[in-house]
Amino acid sequence: MADKSGFLLRIITPDRVFYENRADMVEFNTTEGEIGVLPGHIPMTVIVKPGILYIHETEEEKKAALHAGFAEILPEGVTILAEVIEWPGEIDENRAKSAMERAEQRLQGKTADTDVARAETALQRAIARIQVLKNG
Amino acid sequence: MASMRDIKRRKSSIQGTQQITKAMKLVSTVKLQRARASAERSKGYFTCMYDTVNNILQRVGHIDHPYLTPGESQRKAVVVITSNRGLAGGYNSNVTKLVTRHPQWKKEELDIYCLGNKGRETFARYGYGIKECDNDIVESPVYADAAALSAKLLASYAAGEIGEIYLAYTGFKNTVSHVPTLLRLLPVDISEEEGTARNEPSGEVSAIMNFETEDTEALDLLIPKYVTSLIYGALRESVASENGARMQAMDNATSNAEEMISDLTLKYNRARQGSITQELTEIIAGAEALG
Repeated sequence: MADKSGFLLRIITPDRVFYENRADMVEFNTTEGEIGVLPGHIPMTVIVKPGILYIHETEEEKKAALHAGFAEILPEGVTILAEVIEWPGEIDENRAKSAMERAEQRLQGKTADTDVARAETALQRAIARIQVLKNG
Repeated sequence: MASMRDIKRRKSSIQGTQQITKAMKLVSTVKLQRARASAERSKGYFTCMYDTVNNILQRVGHIDHPYLTPGESQRKAVVVITSNRGLAGGYNSNVTKLVTRHPQWKKEELDIYCLGNKGRETFARYGYGIKECDNDIVESPVYADAAALSAKLLASYAAGEIGEIYLAYTGFKNTVSHVPTLLRLLPVDISEEEGTARNEPSGEVSAIMNFETEDTEALDLLIPKYVTSLIYGALRESVASENGARMQAMDNATSNAEEMISDLTLKYNRARQGSITQELTEIIAGAEALG
């Protein structure tokens, strides 16, 4: 890592180290809305909501679908502990589409025992996946 | 002296056993490599989660939260991770001993959550209350399974059915060293963590951690993830340890069989020589009697 600009971004999942490199900025969706983090941020912990993760490196910009987890933001670096995260190449578009339809149906025909929160999260995940593919 | 035929039979039976133990050793060596690789890959998440939560709790200071203070109930839930199959040396008994020989715990106060058939057998024999048992989970640990289990545990913790949650598993240090470990999941130990959080650059410790959401709300969301990841990491390490323990046990068994075979070969040859000598003596004696 010769590049000393930006901050150290680490994205770790239960099964692998997803990403570890220096980045200039990272953007993702949290429970409080979408945020962008630049170097020197005050210490903060945020809970991740399904959405697109943008990693701005000096030369290029990377994207991934980030679904669940939390992020620890410190002035010198950001650690995202992601339960589920995928590069665009790892997403099955058809599965995401059918998952979106299913979640929409569940929300429309909702009865007393529909788990609305779960259906909404499923919908958000599916939308995030599809969006990552579209813009890619 | 045992007859030649007996020795021969015994020897071939041991040879058969040796072939089996040798094959089992090879299988568990391969499995160990795979399990170790995946344990090492998930270790990053596991330790990072532990550090981060400690870090956050440090920065937050002592706030009053149900997950940080012991529950009212005297009951304790213990998640015990063992294997489904035996022949792994002391692997299973070392883990179950952590629970059965614990100086302060009473049998009646424990709710055992068993992962792995061997643990279930032991606890059933000693008459422990087994709340739940899932044997498939240890074959190939999946994050979703760990999440489901931790959700169940947290639900009964929140409902006040249990006051503490412990995790008994085998930590994987390296191929030959596996450490049976007992870890308290909830309430989170702040006092103990004070020592571990000091490894960061000085001055940073005092910085206050901000939460986008409310403190308690954030902890509500964080702690379940913390518990899940600890369970998941423990599962991964236990699977690696299981295969390591089995590999060692089978290696020992194979070399023991080797020893027995060489011993029996010696005995067999001696018996054969003895019978030849005896036959010769008989023939000579017969010839002499005739002459």
